[in-house]
Amino acid sequence: MSTPAQDYSLAELMIVAGAEAFRHDGEVLATGIGLIPRLAASLAMTTFNPDMMMTDSEAYLLSEPNPVSGRKPGQVQKQETWMGFSRIFDNVWSGKRHAMVGPTQIDRFGQANISALGDDYSKPKVQMLGVRGFPGNSISHANSFFVPTHNTRVFVERECDVVASIGYNPERLPKGYQLNDIDIRLVITDLGVMNWQGPNHMLQLVSLHPGITVEQVVENTGFEIHIPANVPVTVAPTEEQLAVIQQLDPLNFRAKQLKDNPPGDRS
Amino acid sequence: MNKLLSAQDAVAQIQSGMTIGIGGWGPRRKPMALVRELLRSDVKDLTVVAYGGADVGMLCASGKVKKVIFAFVSLDFIPLEPYFRQARQNGDIEVMEIDEGMMLQGLRAAAWKIPFIPTNLGLGTDVIKLNPELKVIDSPYDDKEWVAMPALKLDVALIHADRADARGVCQIKGPDMYMDDWFARAAVNTIVSCDELVDAEYFADGDEARYVYWERSQTSSVVHIPGGAHPTSCSPLYGFDIPHFKAYAASAKDGGFDSYCKEFIDGKSEADYQAAVGGLDAIRAIALPVY
Repeated sequence: MSTPAQDYSLAELMIVAGAEAFRHDGEVLATGIGLIPRLAASLAMTTFNPDMMMTDSEAYLLSEPNPVSGRKPGQVQKQETWMGFSRIFDNVWSGKRHAMVGPTQIDRFGQANISALGDDYSKPKVQMLGVRGFPGNSISHANSFFVPTHNTRVFVERECDVVASIGYNPERLPKGYQLNDIDIRLVITDLGVMNWQGPNHMLQLVSLHPGITVEQVVENTGFEIHIPANVPVTVAPTEEQLAVIQQLDPLNFRAKQLKDNPPGDRS
Repeated sequence: MNKLLSAQDAVAQIQSGMTIGIGGWGPRRKPMALVRELLRSDVKDLTVVAYGGADVGMLCASGKVKKVIFAFVSLDFIPLEPYFRQARQNGDIEVMEIDEGMMLQGLRAAAWKIPFIPTNLGLGTDVIKLNPELKVIDSPYDDKEWVAMPALKLDVALIHADRADARGVCQIKGPDMYMDDWFARAAVNTIVSCDELVDAEYFADGDEARYVYWERSQTSSVVHIPGGAHPTSCSPLYGFDIPHFKAYAASAKDGGFDSYCKEFIDGKSEADYQAAVGGLDAIRAIALPVY
């Protein structure tokens, strides 16, 4: 049934690797922020996790994902319930959600930042979005990270300039909580796949994208990352998965997400 | 009961030092004509509570803001609001930066007349560290600690609705009312601008009343301003004006907010503004966004 593809882009590899984050979620709302995470969640729902829930990124839950490109205003979509922003919070606080988000900074505790950069919070060097829903999301439900460019500016040596989401930091653990109450799942980058299941919730390498070395990952991570004895190569997309991705993104917006649209295999 | 006022008279109720809440979300259904009226006033030292977009950016750029209570300020397709960014990076404003759900809880606490809502949102993050006014408390019922999210009491709320009658029955027909119902309930004085002014009879027809999310007793003033959300959207009547936002964002790099004000706000009426952006028909013809 499944034929490994010979020719695929890095974006498509990251979509397929990202979809794995949602494989065993069952009936939760998957929210992919940004085109590649959204396609990852949509691929998961279309193929191996049909129980998943998905929004139209506006105000409805859908029984099947909308394409990310080629839709017209008012085009019919497969709605199943209203899901305005206030309802989103009811879902978030129920815990039945898994978001894949793209932080600007991630530190060794898995804490993340989209708020502001610089040492002086009263006068940030760079004001970004604000903490948005990161604090509430991170204490309420599962989160995965998507990082299009794996480098030491994202994976920072120190703590994040603004800690917008809770991570595995014993110093900041609230009274009555265990580190295991925090649920950070996969990290999908342009170099490989990681999780936070290393010793003491260290970041650990799960797989390397084809043509990428352990050294590249270590050099581009600003803190120590756990490298298991055997690190497999990230599983290539199948032809069937690429066909589903093409249906979800008929205008190939995914080709514009990563600089120069690199091939999936860089060896 | 007739709550109709001119924009000028309605906004004249806002005084320096007040806390104002602004409905809508990012570039969507913001009461921009009321904000423009506020920009023309001599009010200052405002505390602004909003799911922010250009409303917050413009008020910051014009020096009217002492403090912003926010979770984000964004134009969506332009992720970073250019003038909010400048105000922050210049250290011009105080902030209370909280999770977007905490903002909803704060509005609810104000609406329900309770001092705070206990929540786990913000625990373990800099939201607690950076906001000393946010207290973390013990629970009488379990052994965990909880954030006591304080009521965000508003002196005034500014909201834009699709339509309203003179009594203050307000209808939002778009796909999301956002937190506008909570802004209306959290405020002492709620000023609603509407694209269409209708008779009370309108709401008696079919299921029109189903799209009314707060009682008229929560609406203090009604201002009829067709196209009054521009350049933000008022779905399904019109989308947001992407070229206008792009020019607005570009003005932050070239010319500054003074140049934007000169073109669109200073000494201009709302009719002048609409003429400068192509007229009401052009506003109503702006396509709805596709997500």
